[in-house]
Amino acid sequence: MAIKTEPITINMGPQHPSTHGVFRLRVTFDGEVVVDVEPVFGYLHRGTEKLAEERTYVQIVTLTDRLDYTASMSNNLAYVRSVEKLGGIEVPERAQYLRVICAELQRIASHFVSIGFMLQELGAFGTPLMYCFRERERILDLFEMLCGARITLSYMRPGGLIQDAPEDFWPALGILMESMPEYIDDLEGLVTSNEIVLARTRDVGIISPELAVNGSVTGPMLRASGVQWDLRKANPYEVYDRLEFDVPIGYQGDTYDRYLVRVQEMRESVRIIEQCIKQIPGGAIQSEAPFFVRPPVGDVYDAIEAPKGELGFYLVSDGGISPYRCKIRAPSFINLTVLRDMLVGWKLADLVVIFGSTDVVLGEVDR
Amino acid sequence: MTKLFVGTELAKVIELNHPDSIADHSAAAAIIHPGQIHEVLAFLKQAEDLDFQVLSALTAVDYIEYFEVIYHLLSMRRNTRCVIKARLPGREELTIPSVTDLWRGAELQEREIWDLMGIKFEDHPNMKRILLWEGFPGHPLRKDFIR
Repeated sequence: MAIKTEPITINMGPQHPSTHGVFRLRVTFDGEVVVDVEPVFGYLHRGTEKLAEERTYVQIVTLTDRLDYTASMSNNLAYVRSVEKLGGIEVPERAQYLRVICAELQRIASHFVSIGFMLQELGAFGTPLMYCFRERERILDLFEMLCGARITLSYMRPGGLIQDAPEDFWPALGILMESMPEYIDDLEGLVTSNEIVLARTRDVGIISPELAVNGSVTGPMLRASGVQWDLRKANPYEVYDRLEFDVPIGYQGDTYDRYLVRVQEMRESVRIIEQCIKQIPGGAIQSEAPFFVRPPVGDVYDAIEAPKGELGFYLVSDGGISPYRCKIRAPSFINLTVLRDMLVGWKLADLVVIFGSTDVVLGEVDR
Repeated sequence: MTKLFVGTELAKVIELNHPDSIADHSAAAAIIHPGQIHEVLAFLKQAEDLDFQVLSALTAVDYIEYFEVIYHLLSMRRNTRCVIKARLPGREELTIPSVTDLWRGAELQEREIWDLMGIKFEDHPNMKRILLWEGFPGHPLRKDFIR
């Protein structure tokens, strides 16, 4: 006798340990298999774009910290670069190098968080996450030396940085960079050829390169699908054109490739920082930009390669002290476009891992 | 370095293939009549020598007399970007054709514009609010929105 079945719809989240914040998935299952997914978000919507219209250009830097709260430095950088482009503000060379160092440290920290939580969701409770957080902690210590904060940094300003790095920052950075490859080896030794990880992530949640490009997917998720596109290479901002690094790509676009691309990117970031330490010149870290920036009337779009992908700011100026419109192109938000294509056909247990590998941060999705 | 198309140059290319679709052009953007926006964008995506395969960002601005919908296109192969704008006069019943059939990447961004700016996208597969809940009064990114 055939057993009658019918699809069942359940809510995953918004309060769920694997939803990276407050994110709800309305999932329809046929038995254990996902047949439809509808993401529901907005629980963390704070109206950042509206708030920005009532604040001065410098004040908005603090708002950007709260977008992707695992990568505040990158948010700061993307925002101040847009203001500088709009207002024609020059940045001293030393500040540009320090910015690159900060952005790459932040990339390592952000990828650690991403990998740690992905493994947590795979069922490896605690151990890999603590390995990742141990290393991330040391990066946050460096940020604390730079600006006193660990998460909401606000270290950058249009025209430069708030202050130069203290004397003891450089030896501490050197020591960390020396030991970082070893840390990454430690993590890789646990994970990369782990049989359970391979069984659970290989060929799971594939995004084809065509879909990735058509769906405006960016960052490690795009590169894991085999598309060679990195804004640091395609449109070198700050001093990236003077630095040597490779852009790792995957070839299949599955969950495992997304993990591998992130690990390799961390190694490249270490390479970039080491070159920066050698090349960084002396001098000022802030140009003579006024506190109340008044850019000329016009609009500008500028984007950087943040840990999650293309983070862009579209600013419209009416000549006043605050922007007329401040649009944030958030990579986590747009990467969710292809979520349904990744999840349909997989089982509930895979859903959690695939979602973990997209590395979304809800602060950025909801803004 | 990524090359950004100059407004006049871009307007000239579009004018050749879609005469009368250009409303105006600014320093870095071509402004298209909203009725023809879909065919112009389809042309920019499909033309061999332009090849804008990626819709990098999609947004809207409230200029009080009119709304502007802004398309930031990117060609990864040629490393070029261009900016296309469409102006919608008035404040009520604003509609513009959806481009989700050209770029899947527009799906969530168009819903966000409907939610926060109140511009409806025709033929969008799922034109619902995205960040706020159904029944929220008004569209908060409009300049006349009162808290």
